[in-house]
Amino acid sequence: MNASITKKPSFFETIIKKRYLGKGFLLALAILATWKLVISFAEGPTIFIQQVVNGFQLGFVYALIALGYTMVYGIVRLINFAHGDVFMVGAFASYYAIARWGLNLWLVKLFPGLPIWFSTMIGVMSVILVSMITCALMAYIIERIAYKPLRNAPRISALITAIGVSFFLEYFGALPFVFTSNFVTYERPFTVVNWVISGQGIYTLQPGEAPPDASIIFSNISLYIIIISLLLLFGLNFLVQRTRIGKAMRATAYDKPTARLMGINVDGIISVTFAVGAALAGAAGVLYATAFPQVYFVMGIIPGLKAFVAAVLGGIGSIPGALVGALIIGEAEVLSAAYISTPMRDAVAFSILVLVLLVRPTGIFGEPSREKA
Amino acid sequence: MSKRILVVLSLLVIASMILPACASSGSSTIKVGLLAPLSGAVPTFGISTREGVELAVKEWNDKGGILGKKIELVVADSQCSADPAVNAANKLIDQDKVKYIVGEVCSSASIPVSEIVNQKGVLQISPTSTNPSVTVDANGVTKKFTFRACFIDPFQGLVMAKFAQGKGYKTAFIMFDQGNDYVRGLAEAFEASFTEMGGQIVGKESYIKEDTDFSAILTKVAESKAEVLFLPDYYNIVNLVGAQANDKGVTAVMMGGDGWDSADLDVNAAEGGFYSNHYDPGDTRPIVQDWLTRYGAAYKDDKGNPKVPDALATLGYDAANLLFAAIAKAGVDDPAKAAEAMAAINWEGVSGTITFDAQHNPIKSAAVIGVAGGAKQFVESVAP
Repeated sequence: MNASITKKPSFFETIIKKRYLGKGFLLALAILATWKLVISFAEGPTIFIQQVVNGFQLGFVYALIALGYTMVYGIVRLINFAHGDVFMVGAFASYYAIARWGLNLWLVKLFPGLPIWFSTMIGVMSVILVSMITCALMAYIIERIAYKPLRNAPRISALITAIGVSFFLEYFGALPFVFTSNFVTYERPFTVVNWVISGQGIYTLQPGEAPPDASIIFSNISLYIIIISLLLLFGLNFLVQRTRIGKAMRATAYDKPTARLMGINVDGIISVTFAVGAALAGAAGVLYATAFPQVYFVMGIIPGLKAFVAAVLGGIGSIPGALVGALIIGEAEVLSAAYISTPMRDAVAFSILVLVLLVRPTGIFGEPSREKA
Repeated sequence: MSKRILVVLSLLVIASMILPACASSGSSTIKVGLLAPLSGAVPTFGISTREGVELAVKEWNDKGGILGKKIELVVADSQCSADPAVNAANKLIDQDKVKYIVGEVCSSASIPVSEIVNQKGVLQISPTSTNPSVTVDANGVTKKFTFRACFIDPFQGLVMAKFAQGKGYKTAFIMFDQGNDYVRGLAEAFEASFTEMGGQIVGKESYIKEDTDFSAILTKVAESKAEVLFLPDYYNIVNLVGAQANDKGVTAVMMGGDGWDSADLDVNAAEGGFYSNHYDPGDTRPIVQDWLTRYGAAYKDDKGNPKVPDALATLGYDAANLLFAAIAKAGVDDPAKAAEAMAAINWEGVSGTITFDAQHNPIKSAAVIGVAGGAKQFVESVAP
């Protein structure tokens, strides 16, 4: 009799084991959120679409930052908390490139005959490239100095070092002769153009002109952010999936000692990974500062944390996961700011992190971790 | 035996401290203390204030002083901080025997000083401390001996509501940082005054100071078609919101308080906006232009050009003048009488015509400054 009781798990045990409580809570929450969204959409479809567009603008920037977290974690199993500050350095680098050297206008100055949209596009690309290279070089140096000596140390040591590097970047940047501790107004690398999309069609909105009723405003900032983010994402995917170095990265992520035995320069690959992740953060810095034109020495903390949440939500280590997670976080933030209350946006973003960890710790695209001894 | 000698001696010492004080009341000068931060974090505040006060003293003495007595100014450094300010105030009162104090500049130092002066019956007027608790104690009772020459923060909300009404705007949207008392105070005052005057608040949204993405709120502002966007925050938030407002098709006129007043205000982002301030050198009233000339004649900058007085110098000058006018009006050299005279004063200062409300806060006009064509320009002086 006793045996039969022990074999059959009790009702409560099943609930705990299968995480029914958490899953049920999540389901209820999802239904509530969907209901709220449907109602909001029904009440004002254009304003709802406008908020979704706002959310995409934020989400794509988060995606670029999240990719850096995901790549580094996927290979070294290190959460690089200094990543948000690399993003800050990228924003500052582009600030200097634009405001001090006028790099966004170099083609316009050299060849005034070229069409203006082409010159601007090349100018913006050059600014982003400068930021990416700066950040990549910096991340390479940081990796060599701060992380490489700790490669075989316990994981917690590397994590604490990452926090130290983060503080170093922030407060070294705050010194008056490095960046500054003041808020700096960012000069956008291109003139903002707004398009109004309404029932009558698409036209350009003049500055100071009010948009008509039931219309959606789409700016070239959103366009630049979405196009550049997608380009970089496809570039990264190509690098990881189709090139020799990408193959080496995947091998290193899978099994470091074996990869080393196969003749892969594991340390070199890890450095390259850090550099690529940082380059993406640098590009994100430019795009973020263009959308929200102010640079500040601790500007990287909050976007860095949000992108980290996005990476965990998408499944840390997964590249498509980072994109999907970031878009969800961006939308969740903007929509909760729009339809619940603005101060709730951060609470919602971080609650998502807690829920994911409770219900599906591996994230949306994550595989169950295969811990090696 | 020796104990008795000690007692006698100590009595003698105490008497020697008290007697000169009695003697000084019949002296030929009126001693006025100035408490200002001449060192520490904000020495420029103290220097400006001292210049304004010294000029007021000089002008009164040239006219023959107050009640036939010359004014003697005793300056003490308060470092914009509670402890040094309390020590300096005690030194002024006990050692220098002043019965009137102009100061402190910073609210955090003015509040502890106000406790001392109200115990000891010394009349205090702060030129620039905006915190409400400078003149009112924890129980909401007005401190009898403490006044100020500047308006308190929420007052600017009232002024801007009046200004917006004067421009014919009927609808407003308020954005405020819920964690900042200064911003919240202005926002609440604006909301109350604007609705009272017949305007309508079509939306109210809060944010936190770390926010950089205001797209969700600004989409609502554009949707609400508000004529005014009231944003009483500091310049860094104004820069961010202003730039994004243009991207979201927001056509509302931005308005705010003296938090906007910074060299780092992005004039492109704030284009078309208005903010209030204590004083602006562009004010066209004759008393302001006259003050600019007199100050410029008395003080020169590094290159020998006439200096332009800032708000601190102007309010320091006004505070000292208010004090002297109150003593003259009282007719006796007595702080209690002077305090009564001050409470009932109606006096035209550089920063506006000043009367005091029941809480010893001045009722006076504020300067409204507009951002137009990439420059900050004085628009008008708005009386409450």
